[in-house]
Amino acid sequence: MSNETQSAKTRWLLLSPALFILSIAAAGPLLIVLVYSFLTAGDYGGVVWDFSTDAWFNVFAEKDFFDDTIGFSDAHLSIFWRSVKLSLMTTIVALLVGFPTAYFIATRPESQRNAWMLLIMVPFWTNLLIRTFAVMEIIRNEGVINSVLIKIGLISEPIQMLYTEFAVTLGMFYVFLPLMVLPVYASMERMDFSLVEAAYDLYASRWRVLKRVIFPLVKPGVVAGSILVFIPSLGAYVTPRVLGGGKQLMLGNLIELQYGQGRNWPLGAALSITLLAIVMVALIFYVRAAGDEETSHG
Amino acid sequence: MAKARGFDIRRQNGFVFVALCCFVMLYLPIILLVVYSFNSGSSIAIWEGFSLKWYALAWQNDKVQDATILSLIIACCASFVATSAAVMAALATTRTNKFRGSALVFAMINQPLMIPEIVTAVALLIFFAMIKVYTGYTGLWYLIIAHSAFCIPFAYMPIRARLQGMDLSLEQAAADLYGTPWRVFRKVTLPQLWPGVLAGAMLAFVISLDDVVITEFVKSAGQDTLPTYMLGQIRRVVTPEVNAISTILLAISVALVIAFYKLSQRTDQSTKK
Repeated sequence: MSNETQSAKTRWLLLSPALFILSIAAAGPLLIVLVYSFLTAGDYGGVVWDFSTDAWFNVFAEKDFFDDTIGFSDAHLSIFWRSVKLSLMTTIVALLVGFPTAYFIATRPESQRNAWMLLIMVPFWTNLLIRTFAVMEIIRNEGVINSVLIKIGLISEPIQMLYTEFAVTLGMFYVFLPLMVLPVYASMERMDFSLVEAAYDLYASRWRVLKRVIFPLVKPGVVAGSILVFIPSLGAYVTPRVLGGGKQLMLGNLIELQYGQGRNWPLGAALSITLLAIVMVALIFYVRAAGDEETSHG
Repeated sequence: MAKARGFDIRRQNGFVFVALCCFVMLYLPIILLVVYSFNSGSSIAIWEGFSLKWYALAWQNDKVQDATILSLIIACCASFVATSAAVMAALATTRTNKFRGSALVFAMINQPLMIPEIVTAVALLIFFAMIKVYTGYTGLWYLIIAHSAFCIPFAYMPIRARLQGMDLSLEQAAADLYGTPWRVFRKVTLPQLWPGVLAGAMLAFVISLDDVVITEFVKSAGQDTLPTYMLGQIRRVVTPEVNAISTILLAISVALVIAFYKLSQRTDQSTKK
């Protein structure tokens, strides 16, 4: 008994530095954000310590400046909508490209698979800002694509790609793609190809095998990958800032504005909590999908 | 016979093509960025001959020098703090039964991976602003602590993986021979754990070196790291100077990640034996 309390004591002692750092610089401040979302905005940034639900009201609604009627906040709603729309598009494109790529890697000889996966993961561990720059250099008006197209005479004026929704989606797809390939590959690698063989023996076409055999088998990986791409896309800040150029704002940029020009800290806090809530819901689905994965292969 | 000779059950039409395109697409932008950092002209699209002038220009830029030094200081401190905390946390959470609060502990450790960076950044901005008002301290420690926090899960993962694969019998033998817990840890556990610790520290270093969002919100005036300096430059147009800095940062990340990968592969093999 005393031995057990001794080891419990050691355990918490060993955990204390990590928990201390994480609570002062990650978890704890989140609670302050929650509190701030119920305070009144100061005139020059910061807050006044008066309870108010204005910030939460302002997340989705606004009072008309002239006649005090209440309506939906079009500006905020359109940014919410854009965030969800672009994140979904990013996820779909990442799935369309990531699924065949993961399949390709999973069907290589076993000795080569790790090397192919390394090729997918190396860009992921390099600087996100630099990868976003790299995309920018490609799609700028004076960038590679436009220069090549003008040179071969297909177009005479550069196509405006940068600072569009297309640019933001392309950028997010580019930086988050490895997050799709990784879990899809993980479930494909463990797939039993004798099931595929059995399907062919029963005269199934390739498309039918893909749809009715392979896809159901790797579905948990697909769900996990989709959520892993969707979550960071929804909270993206750097990519829409660099590739959207302040025109194609997403939630992350809207939050940042409240601490810069907007100077409405409580609204920024309320928006942050809203984003967090959406992410948490997505995470619950992710945990379920990951759980399915384990039981289906266990 | 429905199956022709050589029918490959693993083949799916077009998949190889998409996959190869995917690899090309993944690397082409990065390679172009690297190549054009050596361009003597200032355009990304027109090659005007090999030159190192953008590297020289970046090197002579005082702001770049300051940002480089600051980035390295923060990354070194943060990876040291995060790795130390992660080693202790990993020792406490592996090779033990489920304990009360274990789910909460894992949630805490992995929390920086789950919460959008922008939310953490805003939270830290608010929290540190309060502390700055009370204490008046505006030094580097805000950034170091913030970086340490989000580096912890990255340092924790490889260390924990290594610990789980380790043989307990040596430690038990050492304890049987009256080794004190500290001596057993230092002489038996740590030497075996070392590759995991190194791998964790390298990941933490890379993650700290790459961070933009949290740094951008937490930094006080004049505390630019390389990524926030580059983000500031981008408001106008990407200069080849930024390409040069990017290339160097890329080289550091790629070298560390490949080293990490080799290290963890060796770990796999040694634990499989």
